[in-house]
Amino acid sequence: MIVNIQQLNKNLFEKDVEQIPIRQGFGEGLLLAAKGDERVVGLCADLTDSTKMNLFRDAYPHRFIQMGVAEQNMAAVASGMAAMGKIPYLSSYAMFSPGRNWEQIRTTICYNDRKVIIVGSHAGVSVGPDGGTHQALEDIAITRVIPNIDVVVPCDAIEARKATLALAISKGPAYLRLSREKTPVITTEASPFALGKVSILRKPEHPTLAIIACGPMVYNALMAAAKLSNKGVEALVINMHTIKPLDQETILWAAKTSGAIVTVEEHQRHGGMGSAISEFLVEHCPVPMEIMGVDDRFGQSGAPEELIKYYGLGVDKIVERGEKAAARLR
Amino acid sequence: MPHLHDKKVKELEVIAHKVRMSIIDMLVEAQSGHSAGPLGMAEVCTLLFCHVMKHDPKRPDWEERDRLILSNGHICPVLYATMAHAGYFNVEELLTLRKFGSRLQGHPHREYLPMLETSSGPLGAGLSQALGMALADRIDRGRHSERFFYCLLGDGELDEGQNWEAMMLAGREKLHNLIAIVDRNNIQIDGYTEDVMPLEPLYDKWHAFGWHVLEVDGHNFEALNDALGEAQAIFERPTVIIAHTVPGRNVPYMERLPEWHGKPPKRDEAKEALNALRTLAGKIRGEHE
Repeated sequence: MIVNIQQLNKNLFEKDVEQIPIRQGFGEGLLLAAKGDERVVGLCADLTDSTKMNLFRDAYPHRFIQMGVAEQNMAAVASGMAAMGKIPYLSSYAMFSPGRNWEQIRTTICYNDRKVIIVGSHAGVSVGPDGGTHQALEDIAITRVIPNIDVVVPCDAIEARKATLALAISKGPAYLRLSREKTPVITTEASPFALGKVSILRKPEHPTLAIIACGPMVYNALMAAAKLSNKGVEALVINMHTIKPLDQETILWAAKTSGAIVTVEEHQRHGGMGSAISEFLVEHCPVPMEIMGVDDRFGQSGAPEELIKYYGLGVDKIVERGEKAAARLR
Repeated sequence: MPHLHDKKVKELEVIAHKVRMSIIDMLVEAQSGHSAGPLGMAEVCTLLFCHVMKHDPKRPDWEERDRLILSNGHICPVLYATMAHAGYFNVEELLTLRKFGSRLQGHPHREYLPMLETSSGPLGAGLSQALGMALADRIDRGRHSERFFYCLLGDGELDEGQNWEAMMLAGREKLHNLIAIVDRNNIQIDGYTEDVMPLEPLYDKWHAFGWHVLEVDGHNFEALNDALGEAQAIFERPTVIIAHTVPGRNVPYMERLPEWHGKPPKRDEAKEALNALRTLAGKIRGEHE
């Protein structure tokens, strides 16, 4: 009944599913992008190992610029390098880039339409023990609101590698959002990936719900869909790896096909992926929606899984909200 | 970069005069914009565009050109006026400054006027961009590149912390082809720089960050030209030229007054300004004849 159209990891629903940090995929992708195009350069604000740019630095030291703890300078330097034909990837924690250097990103990169890829790692409450100061929950909102920029949130390490490579040849600036923790590998090398065209991971014949998620929350969405199936609710699951530009065609199709939507993201409910989807649907196909995210609060220290549960993003909570959305439809 | 002979100085003085007249024309037509800064930088911009920089108005995307980044975008009337007088576009277009549909946005936007190297306005980001360009050049061409990367900065703008991040990095990288020029006119919107946020000892600060520092009279073509020649010759460090200028230069009622930082002259004031400029131009011609 449910065809594995995306050629997902066969062990996905096993307890010992392989887990790799999403940022690792970025590190590997940057290495490949650099190998394929000598215009690729890397800039990092003193977080080279933890954003996994160290792989690139060690292989291409002459194309790596250590910026020191100076994210504002980093963004504008990258803009200057792009003006000279380079393809700069700049990495830090999402809280500091695009958090600290938002205006430099807006003016020197986006207003100038310079092709720079801003890589923000350690997004979401799953950063864990470092606490609320380091858990970016606003970065999707502040980037997607800027004209010209694309916003990409890969769901696992393999997809992060593909996204990093794809961004080297896409047009214009982009924000790539990464997570710190090891998370389940959902996709495989064979899974199709195209920027701007989101993936339908679960496609039942007669869905009465669509769960749309991004980043590591895609795994929770798939788990929730399996549980919902046992309760008689068949859910589409969409991996919203590109938040901007919005894949309007697929979103519209999902709304029309299922009639009710739950969105799940490790981000403030306000201004994030769920907001982007609702902004579109409210004009074109209003359906009952449950927008799941952190509800106007800051994060705090704790274990990642503990925090995900505390902030209402666990599998059971998605099941609960899914049932609620589907019931609103009836 | 050739030495400045007297005939060339005279030629540059005439252009700087035209640039100042254009600035007044533009501002009075727009009825908004900044007066003092642009008038103070007429010599610096004229010298760069008409003598120092390697560039070609007919080929604005020529790869071998030197780059000029205007960091303090609000003084763009002097940039636009100098570019027009250097042949990038018609002088008549200057009167569209700040108007709807104009290529001459209130603060520079390179998507509207593609011959600009960057967009600017929000302060403190220009030096980083010029530095990024120089870094890219270093990666491609090593230390023997003959392209220079100029960045014009305001002095009040140095309040922005990002400049100091860029200064540290440029010092570490010893980017000899990066040349910053600070418009040391001592005013910013809220008053005199030393009252708002003291910058002195400015020379020592740049020096401490690894820069070769020069201080000159920013209205003296020979002194500026010598400083730029020295900046190009220094191979071990980036150079900053602290150009001491008089804000509102050559318009007596504007000179040195912070209140003229951010407003345009009214019609009658503009008339007075143009008269003053014309009288002075007559004197200059007299001296040279």
